Amino acid sequence: MSSPGQILKENVWTNNPIFMQVLGICSALAVTNLLTNTVIMTLGVTFTTAMSSLTVSLLRNYIPRKIRMIVQTLIIAFYVIIVDILLRAYLPDISRQLGPYVGLIITNCIIMGRMEAFAQSNPPLLSAWDGITSGIGYMAVLMTIAVIRELLGFGSLFGIRIMPANFIPWTIMVSAPSAFFLLGIVIWIGKTIMNREGAAA
Amino acid sequence: MNATPLLNPFSLFFASIFTSNILLANFLGMCSFISISKDSKSSNGLGFAVTVVLVITSAVNWAVLHYVLIPLQLEYLRYIVFIITIAATVQILEMIIDRVSQALYMSLGIFLPLITVNCAILGVSLFIDIRTYSFTQSVIFGLGSGLGWWLAIMALSAIRKKTDKAPVPAGLKGPGITMITIGFMAMAFMGFSGMLQVQ
Repeated sequence: MSSPGQILKENVWTNNPIFMQVLGICSALAVTNLLTNTVIMTLGVTFTTAMSSLTVSLLRNYIPRKIRMIVQTLIIAFYVIIVDILLRAYLPDISRQLGPYVGLIITNCIIMGRMEAFAQSNPPLLSAWDGITSGIGYMAVLMTIAVIRELLGFGSLFGIRIMPANFIPWTIMVSAPSAFFLLGIVIWIGKTIMNREGAAA
Repeated sequence: MNATPLLNPFSLFFASIFTSNILLANFLGMCSFISISKDSKSSNGLGFAVTVVLVITSAVNWAVLHYVLIPLQLEYLRYIVFIITIAATVQILEMIIDRVSQALYMSLGIFLPLITVNCAILGVSLFIDIRTYSFTQSVIFGLGSGLGWWLAIMALSAIRKKTDKAPVPAGLKGPGITMITIGFMAMAFMGFSGMLQVQ
């Protein structure tokens, strides 16, 4: 069994869901043009992953193997609905901007992946921790992309203007292709550093 | 971006294939897209399966939404209901294909389980809800999105055949170069957006 510290390092760095498996980007890449939306979105994903991992781990001895996929999906959907209702109640503007992407957390492969790979066979608290750290790893990569996109696309961060007044925004950063390019570059940098560490070790 | 919803079915159809491609503009269905696009034969099979399932589920989910959830004021349950509808549709389709044609089952059936967790399918159903499409619009949007996804995965798998052999920097191999390739494809598809756009 791995220790909490090991899990943190693995999920955030060596086995980061985005670098290593390119999983779960569907529901979140679309909102990376604004930093605020990204923070809310990734918090939602982290919450859902942690809580669903906890629940699946608590119920792991009671769920029949054959129907575990559908049970897991329902558990995830339950937490996503909670996130959705909370957003609607307290952050209606952001909820409107996120649109369908909150609901799409359900089909985020990371959550299902962590359940299959970890929560199935580990105690509840450790599973919840695994969910939180996976969420942090995910958040780190998407926030990096969001910072670059908002800074160059709108000249601001969290909606606050940072760049000088004569800065001309890069239109490409607002549109979809830039998210793909930046993710490719982030993966490139991450992998290069990792390869070097691997060669040194 | 805030154009009024297009009512013309042809515009909606072409917009959902090209300018608002479900994958390249809305980032949906990426997971299976990246893993399957290594092989063009599987890409073709999965693209076809996604298109078929999208047309059926967008029709079914539209009906469920308008005849069950809205009259009963249970809209907040839509995520759960949509995902169950999708899972059920996929399951039934798998059984029918298995019975009707073994050849089709071999080429299509193996991809069906993958589709339940494909974000594009759920995404289309959610877009139908948010953009308040009519029944006809929903089916056209589902068909167009499926064809657009199919087109994108076929194009990418063809490009990946070349990039796999190209001398790419070590860190960029695999997912890295694939993301950048998708970025270029997205730019090309965006070129159509001067013609029409769908919100």
